[in-house]
Amino acid sequence: MTVTTGIVNSLTSARLPKWVPWALLAGSWAVLAVVYGILAAGSGGDYNIVAVIFLGTVLFDVLLVTTSYLVEGSRKARDRLVTSLVATAFVIAMLPLVSLVFTVVVDGWKRFDIAFFTQSMRNIVGAGTEQFPGGALHAIVGTLEITGMATLISVPVGLLAAIYLVEYGRGHLSRAITFFVDVMTGIPSIVAGLFAFALFALVFNDPGIRFGFGGAIALTLLMVPTVVRSSEEMLKLVPNELREASFALGVPKWLTIVKVVIPTSIAGITTGVTLAIARVIGETAPLLIIAGFTSSMNYDLFSGRMMALPLFVYTQYANPGTDVQPYLDRAWAAALTLILIVMLLNLVARLVARIFSPKLGR
Amino acid sequence: MTSPAASAPVKTRSRPADRVFASSALAAGILILTALGAVAVFLIAQSLPAFLVDPAELPTAPTSFWEYVAPLAFGTVWAAALALLMALPVSIGIALFISHYSPRRIAQTLGYIVDLLAAVPSVVFGLWGITVLAPFVQPFYAWLVANLGWIPLFAPPVSGTGRTILTVAIVLAVMILPIITAVCREVFLQTPVLHEEAALALGATRWEMIQTAVIPFGMPGIISASMLGLGRALGETMVVAMVLSPALVINFVLTGSANPPTIAGNIALNFPEAHGVGVNALIATGLILFVITLLVNSAARVLINRRKAFSGAN
Repeated sequence: MTVTTGIVNSLTSARLPKWVPWALLAGSWAVLAVVYGILAAGSGGDYNIVAVIFLGTVLFDVLLVTTSYLVEGSRKARDRLVTSLVATAFVIAMLPLVSLVFTVVVDGWKRFDIAFFTQSMRNIVGAGTEQFPGGALHAIVGTLEITGMATLISVPVGLLAAIYLVEYGRGHLSRAITFFVDVMTGIPSIVAGLFAFALFALVFNDPGIRFGFGGAIALTLLMVPTVVRSSEEMLKLVPNELREASFALGVPKWLTIVKVVIPTSIAGITTGVTLAIARVIGETAPLLIIAGFTSSMNYDLFSGRMMALPLFVYTQYANPGTDVQPYLDRAWAAALTLILIVMLLNLVARLVARIFSPKLGR
Repeated sequence: MTSPAASAPVKTRSRPADRVFASSALAAGILILTALGAVAVFLIAQSLPAFLVDPAELPTAPTSFWEYVAPLAFGTVWAAALALLMALPVSIGIALFISHYSPRRIAQTLGYIVDLLAAVPSVVFGLWGITVLAPFVQPFYAWLVANLGWIPLFAPPVSGTGRTILTVAIVLAVMILPIITAVCREVFLQTPVLHEEAALALGATRWEMIQTAVIPFGMPGIISASMLGLGRALGETMVVAMVLSPALVINFVLTGSANPPTIAGNIALNFPEAHGVGVNALIATGLILFVITLLVNSAARVLINRRKAFSGAN
């Protein structure tokens, strides 16, 4: 190409101004919004916001790459293409999240009432009566008991194993534990349920055994690896100077661990445990296998079938009566409750990490 | 001046409390290994009857146990592979977006938003898949079958409900996105900054820099991340149990109404009503699932650990 205008700044020539991509993005979304607005007005159908965002982003990708190719050349255009593809990937991942949260909140809100949290499903058929529309109290109690029991078992075991790995472990055994703990994080939850069932069916010689404690054991199997991994990371963060200072004062090793190492890392450990609880509280498959399901209250972990919140969602959806809608409403309300619990646990974990973590001077 | 006493090794007094504490820590570690062994032992013990019994007594009365397992194993691998195929490019994109494209200040927030996907319980994904996604994608399937029906993947007839293996794979892909993204992101962030700066100094665009420095460095990480995601997808139960309309077939059709079931979904659907040797047969399929996921996960972990050894970033 020939330069006709005299002096050209090589740093800014053949470059799109910074505002162009943003303007193109806003433009493509606006165009698609108008197109779908006309379509929705024409056919009387719903306004499809998902398609607007997605197709708008795709249109933006095409426009930007074409403009860039014409102005900036092929190398820069390919760079723009990848940049826009990478941003599009993020948008694609957000669509299901937004759709899911939206649906859960809108559909779950219908039955998110007092009766839902104060009644069980005993003797409830269809929508129930005005006074007794049925609720998930039995499932909430079951979830709290089963998850609480699982936490009670897995926190000591997981924490002690982490202490072994960080403070004592050397050689093959510690490497084997680290490796298999990592592998255990990938055990399918349903296999954990089958294990608990196989174990207790043999121990009690009952081929149809269902009880809450078995569910707790299954959840423990899923929870321990997470607790070990997070506690291990946190214990490793404790500076060695603290341990050495304690040893120099003549404090025994176990007391050093209990009084110095663990208090220093307690915030991180709490965060890890909370996240582990959040992970297992939504597990459905193992409880389906070993805890069974019921529509009545059961406070006893050690006998009788026990309901849990995720399982409540599943059974309400899977075994509806002739009138499906009240069952679906209850399922969505339980899903909303479950998501709120998980989000709350996540929030608590992050708050604990932020507020109580020791300042290590870095 | 060193006295002879000082050069001799000082023996610490062995305290009982120390020994108790150390051995209980050791016991906890060994307990975890034992638990993993116990899973294998008890699953094998409870599935032996299914291998030994006359196959005609198994749930679908097949000619052999393996004929009973074949469609299940196929469905499991097929659904997981489809999910991985969809999730991997998107995950790599998101990981790159967070590690190399987005401004530093919002990168952490974006990562947190992606992690939110991992916090949603699987049963809620199942409910969403059946009530929102399946009706949403059904018209697309109808279009695909009508216009591209000559491709074996979209062979007619189309499913009227959208509850096909492709829908399941889409939900599974969404569910394994967070773990693949998290591992890829970690690996991409470990790329030596000098490599990146060298590429940029030679005049590379950002994409050329990623192509020449980040991707080759992160390749083992990408592979192990996808294997971890595959392991998740193989074992995922509730979504398959709720969304898929299963039939005991082996085919590759994505949009039809006869879909191969998966091991985990099959167990969840049939276990509550199973009795006698049917229970053992289901546990035996669970054992097969356990072995498959154990192999996939171990391979992934070996790859990750090897990468750690020479990255110098730990």
